[in-house]
Amino acid sequence: MEGDEIMTKATIEEKQYLVRFKADKESHLKITDQSICLENCPDKPCTYFCPGEVYKFEGNRIQVGYEGCHECGSCRIGCPQNNIEWKYPKGGHGVIFQLA
Amino acid sequence: MPEKFDVIVVGAGPAGTSCAYQCAKNGLKVLQIERGEYPGAKNVMGGVLYKQQLEEIIPEFWKEAPIERPIVEQRMWLLDEESAMTLGFKGRAWANEASYNNFTILRAKFDQWFARKAQELGVTLINETVVEECLVENGKVIGVRTDRPEGEVLADVVVLADGVNSLLAKQLGFHQDIEPAQVALTVMEVLKLPAETINERFNIEDGQGCTIEMFGDSTKGHLGTAFLYTNKESLNIGVGATLSSIVKEKIKPYELLEYVKNHPIVKPLIQGAEEAEYLAHLIPEGGYHAIPKLVGDGVIVAGDAAQLVNGIHREGSNMAMKSGSYAAEAILLAKQKGRFTEEVLAIYREKVYESFIGQDLKKYKDATETLENHPQYLKEYIPMMNRAARAFFTVDGTSKREKQKGIFNMFMERGKIRTVQDMYRAWKVMK
Ligand SMILES: Cc1cc2nc3c(=O)[nH]c(=O)nc-3n(C[C@H](O)[C@H](O)[C@H](O)COP(=O)(O)OP(=O)(O)OC[C@H]3O[C@@H](n4cnc5c(N)ncnc54)[C@H](O)[C@@H]3O)c2cc1C
Ligand code: SF4
Ligand code: SF4
Repeated sequence: MEGDEIMTKATIEEKQYLVRFKADKESHLKITDQSICLENCPDKPCTYFCPGEVYKFEGNRIQVGYEGCHECGSCRIGCPQNNIEWKYPKGGHGVIFQLA
Repeated sequence: MPEKFDVIVVGAGPAGTSCAYQCAKNGLKVLQIERGEYPGAKNVMGGVLYKQQLEEIIPEFWKEAPIERPIVEQRMWLLDEESAMTLGFKGRAWANEASYNNFTILRAKFDQWFARKAQELGVTLINETVVEECLVENGKVIGVRTDRPEGEVLADVVVLADGVNSLLAKQLGFHQDIEPAQVALTVMEVLKLPAETINERFNIEDGQGCTIEMFGDSTKGHLGTAFLYTNKESLNIGVGATLSSIVKEKIKPYELLEYVKNHPIVKPLIQGAEEAEYLAHLIPEGGYHAIPKLVGDGVIVAGDAAQLVNGIHREGSNMAMKSGSYAAEAILLAKQKGRFTEEVLAIYREKVYESFIGQDLKKYKDATETLENHPQYLKEYIPMMNRAARAFFTVDGTSKREKQKGIFNMFMERGKIRTVQDMYRAWKVMK
C-alpha cells in the first residue's frame, strides 16, 4: 500500500526512548571551544551523524545531550575540528544495552 | 600496596573473555575489568557467531550457550530502489548439530554467559569500572588505574581488549588517530516478532535461522551494507556505512535505518514487528593497514582494539576470540620464561599475522578503500545488474540472444574501457 508506514517508531525521540540510559551527573562529552563550532564548522556534522542526536545547534552554540549517548565514538573520530573531548562515562553509567 | 595479578584483561567482550578464560584455565591469576553494568551492556553485533573459534575454547558450547538460531540459510541481496538481485545458499546440513556452521546470538546475553564461564575457572570479574590508563614504569606496562577509589592494580601483563575506540592503546601511542574512513557507523534495531511468523516469512523452522546481507540501495549507494538476521523471537535489522561517507553525504543514520525498513523488498519481512531496542556502534574497517602496534613490554592488544575485523565478510567476533586465544598462549609462554617483555610476547604478533586473521585482512587490504574511492560499484553497477536481471527474466517476446545483447550494451554504455577497468579493479581487490 502506498504511504502506509508500517513501523511506528520512526523518530529519533521514539528510538531513544527504547534505550536504557543511566545518566551520570556530569557530562562525559565536552566541546573544547564553542567559537570553533560557530566560526569554523559551517556543516556542523555532529548534529546529523550522531546516532543519538546528542548534539544540537541552538542559540548559537552546540548543546550536548550527553544523557542519550550510545558511546559509539563517532564524534570523537568524525568532528573535523577535533573539538570534542571524549571519554567514557563513569563505570556502570551511560548506555545499557539489554536485548541485542 | 596495590594488589597484583598475573594478568589484567581490560574488557569483557569476546576478545577479553577468550583470553581471560584460557589464562585462568592454565592456572594464572586473572583480573578482568569491564566498564558496563554487565558484560555485553555496551556491546553491539549484528549477531552472527561463527562456530569454530569458540568451539576450540568450549567444545559443544551450543548445548549451553544462549544461542538464538543455527543459521541454515545465508542470502545476499543486491538492492535497487524497487527490486533485488538475490543470491543465497541453504544447507540442510547446517541444521544438524554435527555440522552447524554459525549461529545468531544476542550480545547482552551471550557476553554474560561467556564471562560467567571464565569466572567458573577462577577469573575475577569487576563490572562498572573504567580503566582510565595503563600504569607505565620504565617503558613497561605494570598495571592499570581505574576510576574506583584507590583504583590501582598491578599485573605482569595487561591485555587491552577494550574494543574499537581503544583509548588505552592510543594512550600508549600504539596507534594514531583513527580516520573516519576506517570505521563504519552502524545502527541497529531489535524487532519483536512471534517465532511462527518468523518461520513463515523466512521459510524456516524452529531451531533454524536465516541471514540476509544487503548491498546497494540499502545504503542509498554509499559504501556500506545492511543486514537482517533472525533470532528466536525477534529480528535484528541494521545498516552501516563508513563514517566518512556519512559525514560527506550528510546522512542521519537512523533515517537510513528507516529507509531500509521501509524498502519495498524488506518491508514485507518485518511488517507488524515491534521495535524493542535501538543501538549504535562502530565497526573497525580499516583492515590490514589499520592494525596498530600489537605488543609492548607487559602489554598485548586484541580484538577490535587491534582493528581485527574483516569488513567484507562481517567477521569480527571470531577474530576477537582467536586473537584472545593467541594472547593467552603468548602470556603462558612468557610466564614459563619469567619474562613479559615485548620480545617474548612478540609471538602473539606473529601468530595473528600468520593465521587466517592476518591472511584474510591482507587479502582484502585495499577493498574498502577501492569501494570508497570508486562509488560506481554500489551506485551504478547494482542498479544496472537489477535492470539487466529484470530484462532477462521478463518474458516479452524478445529473444534471449537479443536480451543478452541489450544487457551487454547497457553495461558498455558507461564506456567499454571504464567498465573493463572497473571489473579488473574489483577482481584485483577481491581475488
Ligand atoms: C552492528 C554490528 C554488527 C556486527 N556484526 C557482526 C557479526 O555478525 N559477526 C561477527 O563476528 N562480528 C560482527 N561485528 C563485529 C563484532 O561485534 C566485534 O568484532 C567484536 O565484538 C569484537 O570483540 P572485542 O571483544 O574485541 O570488543 P568488544 O566486544 O567491543 O568488547 C570491548 C569491551 O571492553 C569494554 N571496555 C572498553 N573500554 C574499557 C575501559 N577503558 N575499561 C573497562 N572496560 C572497557 C567495553 O565495555 C566492552 O565490553 C559487528 C559489529 C557491529 C557494531
Ligand atoms: S563537528 Fe565539531 S566543530 Fe563542528 S559543530 Fe560539531 S563539535 Fe563543533
Ligand atoms: S559517542 Fe556516538 S552517540 Fe555519543 S555523542 Fe558521540 S556520536 Fe553521539
